[in-house]
Amino acid sequence: MRTLTMGLSQYPNRPHVQSEPHSADPRWLLRHPASLYASLTMDTSQLPDVTHQKVTFADGLTLDCGMTLPQLTVAYRSYGTLNAQASNAILICHALTGDQYVAETHPVTGKGPWWDMMVGPGRPVDTDVYFVICANVLGGCMGSTGPSDIREDGRHWGMEFPPITIRDMVRAQKRLVEHLGITRLFAVIGGSMGGMQVLEWAATYPAMVFAAVPIATAATHSAQNIAFNEVGRQAVFADPDFAGGQYYTTGRIPAGGLAVARMVAHITYLSEQALSRKFGRKLQTGRASALFGDMFQVESYLQHQGSTFVRRFDANSYLSITRAMDYFDLAAEHDNDLSRAFAGTRTRFCVISFSSDWLFPTAESRVIARALNRAAANVSFVEVTSDKGHDAFLLDEPDLYRIVSGFLAGCAQHAGLT
Amino acid sequence: MSENPEPVRYVAKNMRLDLRLIAEMIAPGSRVLDIGCGDGQLIDELSRQRDCDARGIEIDMAEVTRTVARGLPVMHGDADSDLSHYPDRAFDYVVLSRTLQAVEQPRAVLRQMLRISERAIVSFPNFGHWKVRLQLLWSGRMPMTEVWARPWHETPNIHPCTIRDFFMLCAEEGYAVERWMAIDEAGRKSPWRRFSGLANLFGEQALFMLRRA
Repeated sequence: MRTLTMGLSQYPNRPHVQSEPHSADPRWLLRHPASLYASLTMDTSQLPDVTHQKVTFADGLTLDCGMTLPQLTVAYRSYGTLNAQASNAILICHALTGDQYVAETHPVTGKGPWWDMMVGPGRPVDTDVYFVICANVLGGCMGSTGPSDIREDGRHWGMEFPPITIRDMVRAQKRLVEHLGITRLFAVIGGSMGGMQVLEWAATYPAMVFAAVPIATAATHSAQNIAFNEVGRQAVFADPDFAGGQYYTTGRIPAGGLAVARMVAHITYLSEQALSRKFGRKLQTGRASALFGDMFQVESYLQHQGSTFVRRFDANSYLSITRAMDYFDLAAEHDNDLSRAFAGTRTRFCVISFSSDWLFPTAESRVIARALNRAAANVSFVEVTSDKGHDAFLLDEPDLYRIVSGFLAGCAQHAGLT
Repeated sequence: MSENPEPVRYVAKNMRLDLRLIAEMIAPGSRVLDIGCGDGQLIDELSRQRDCDARGIEIDMAEVTRTVARGLPVMHGDADSDLSHYPDRAFDYVVLSRTLQAVEQPRAVLRQMLRISERAIVSFPNFGHWKVRLQLLWSGRMPMTEVWARPWHETPNIHPCTIRDFFMLCAEEGYAVERWMAIDEAGRKSPWRRFSGLANLFGEQALFMLRRA
C-alpha cells in the first residue's frame, strides 16, 4: 500500500480500475461514452510548449513549511511604463487557475486577456497610466516554480513539491517586485484566490502596499470551500493516469480526473440563476434517445470547461494551489484576531463582493471590512448586485469597474500620482 | 398622499446648508466618520477643503457604489450594527446627520459614537416644532409636515424626539453639549439660541455637538 501525502493531510490510496467494470458496478458511468474519463485520454505531447518571461532567484525561497526551494523562478508579464519614481506600479494577483497573461492573448490557449475589462489602455487599471505586473503564482504551471519542475535529482517534483501557502506566493511576488526596482506598490488587486494574496500582501508587507483591492474573497477558506476542493483533488487521485503524481514521464496526463475537478469547481463559480438563465433544462440535441444518450446543455458546457482546462493546467499544480487556498487563514496567522493582521496599517482598502457569490459570500467580505474597521483602517466596502455568482468579478459588471476606477483615482490623488 | 410615493428612504438627504454648518464645526485635519453619509457631500467637502481623513458609512448600496466610484472611502453598513467594530477614539468627530430618529437604538448608537470619537455631531428633525404639536392637537392624527413627510406606517423615522428630549438624554448619559442650534428645514440657523424652550417650539431641526463629559 502506498499512501500519497500532501502537506499536512493524508489521502487514501487512489482506486485502481483493474478490469472492465461490471454493469452492476456503479463505476460503469466512468466507462460510459459520455464519460470524460473515457473520452479524455490525452497524451502529453498535446500540451503546447511555450517559453514564458521569467526571472530566477538562485538563492531560492524558504517556505512557511520550513523547507527551502533551492531556486525560485517567477514567470510574469508587465504592461505600461514604470515612472521615474517607481511609484505607479500595480500588482494584479490571479486566481486559482489564472495566470500572468492578464492583459494579452494567452500564448497557450489563444484566448483573449482574462481580465480584459479591468486591465488595459483606458481600463480601470489603465496601462497608459500605471505599470501593471502580473506574476504566475508559486506552484503554478505557466513558468513559475511549481510541481511540474524538474528537481536537482532529475525527477519531477510531482506530489513531493513542498506544501505552499498564500504567504509563500506573496513572498515570491515580493522578490519579483523588488527585482523590478519597486519599493512600494501603488496598488495590489485580485479576485478570489487573488484577493487572498491581496490581503496577505497588506498584512505581511504593509509598507509596500499603498492601496489594496480584495475582490470576491475571504480571509479564511471556509469548510465548504475546502470540501469542494477535496472533491476535485479526489477526482484527480482517482484517475489511473495520475500515477501518484509522476505522470510527466508516462506520456499521459490525468486528464479525466482533472476535468472532473474543474467541472465541480466551475459549478461553484456560477449561481443557480446564472445556470438557469444560460441553460435551463435545455437539451444539447433535439432528438429523443435512450437514457444518458441526450445531454443537457449544462452537462455539455461543463464537459467543455473540463476538457479545455486540462490542455492548459497541470494536475499537480491544481493540487498544490487548492491546498494553499485551504490552508489560508489570515486570522490564525495573527492570534485568531483578523484585525491584528492589519494593526496600524496605512493602506487604503476597497473590499468588493457580489450579491450572488456563494463561494465567497458577502458575509466573508464583511468580516474583512469589520476587521479593518477594528484596525481603524481606511476602508471602502461595497457589495455589487449581480446574479452571475463568483465569476462576476471576471465578467461584465459595470459597477465593479466604476468602483475600482474611482477608488484608484481617489488613491492616486492621495499618493500624489495625479 | 400621492398614488406613487417615493421609495422609503432611511434618511432624508436634502441637507446642503445643514452639512455646511456641520463642516464648519469640524477642525481642519481631523479624523471624521460620517454615519449615513448618503452621496458623500460632507466627506468630500471635508477631505478636499479641510484636509480631513473623512470616511463614511451608508446603508443604501446604490449610494455606496456611486460614492466609492467617486473615490471617497465609504463602507456599506449602518449605525446600529457597525459602530461597535471601531476601536475607542478612532476619530475626532463622528457625524450623524438626520439619522438618529431612524436608528433602532438611539441611546446605544450615541454611546458608540462617543466611544469611538472625541466628539459627536448629531442633527435631527425636532418633533417639538409648533406645526407638529398643532397638527396632533387639532386633527388627532400623526403629524405630516415638510420634515415629517411620510405617514406613520411608512416612515423610517421610528424614534422621533424633541430638542428638550435630547437635552434630557444628554444629561442622563452625562454628555457635555459643547454647541447646539436650532435650524430651519433649509438648514439656516434659527434665532432661538438663548431660549431652548422657544427653539423647541420654532426649530424645525436641531444640531448638537457633544463631548464625553
